[in-house]
Amino acid sequence: MRLTVNGEAYCTEKDTVRELLGEMDIVPERVAVEVNLKVIKRSEYAGYQLREGDSIEVVYFVGGGKQGNPK
Amino acid sequence: MEDKLVIRGIEFRSRLWIGTGKYRDFEETARAVEASGADVVTVAVRRVNITDRKSENLLDFLDPKKYKILPNTAGCYTVEDALRYSRLAREAGVSDMIKLEVIGDEKTLFPDTIGLLKATEILAKEGFMVFPYTNDDPIMARRLEDAGAAAVMPLGAPIGSGLGLRNPYNIRIILEAAKVPVIVDAGVGTASDANIAMELGCDAVLINTAIAGARDPIGMAEAMKHAVIAGRLAYRAGRIAKKLYATASSPLEGML
Repeated sequence: MRLTVNGEAYCTEKDTVRELLGEMDIVPERVAVEVNLKVIKRSEYAGYQLREGDSIEVVYFVGGGKQGNPK
Repeated sequence: MEDKLVIRGIEFRSRLWIGTGKYRDFEETARAVEASGADVVTVAVRRVNITDRKSENLLDFLDPKKYKILPNTAGCYTVEDALRYSRLAREAGVSDMIKLEVIGDEKTLFPDTIGLLKATEILAKEGFMVFPYTNDDPIMARRLEDAGAAAVMPLGAPIGSGLGLRNPYNIRIILEAAKVPVIVDAGVGTASDANIAMELGCDAVLINTAIAGARDPIGMAEAMKHAVIAGRLAYRAGRIAKKLYATASSPLEGML
């Protein structure tokens, strides 16, 4: 299945958010996930079915205070 | 004599809040935060690097059990983006606190207060504790408060400028009217700036660049800690009135 993860093309056999995170070696407790602009609750990762073409964002906290990163 | 900052039932150990950008590495960030005595650290929300998973995680250095992690929407220029980052931050984090920034302009990084007000209204309704980064405008501060902000965070000067409080009179007017805490956010350049903000009666100060960009960030973090404590104590003790002429402090009686 072809997905877009954080803006990059990504091919996988995994079909839930939880399995996808596992494949990418990402600890679920440290991130937030959005599928097609919808935030997915952590408790729903295991049951959330991914579909061909889904656009996924995986974000976490980084150092940043007030620099307001230019666009 | 307890003088703890309490916002919506949450108790804060320190009136100095710290930004975590611009440090050399996570270790230096952690040491500076430790030296500052702060318990609130603000962090940005960004994409995980999915191709290089070995990179270290900030939260390995700043234990969320020890510190209150305050996610921000730094870098957001629209209401939609600010809402999106806020909702992701809530899911990634452990609380409903969000430091809301809707930036209006790349050169000044001044807030787009119209967008800020809209986003504050929406997020407050969704149960967020909203800490909006705003101008030193007393009317906007009131509007944000009415929209459900948990505190208001007026700038002292542009982000990262180190110019200090450019309009202490407006900050005083904001303080006079505000029913929510007032936290000066942005503009502090050195310890005296933080001190002045606290002497005016601000409830807290948020500092990033002045510490991270100092020659010795750990030393400056400690200086800021003392400046904020001293400023608060002076505010509570009540300063004397300024007078043009001298008033002798030694008695005239008993002089030869």
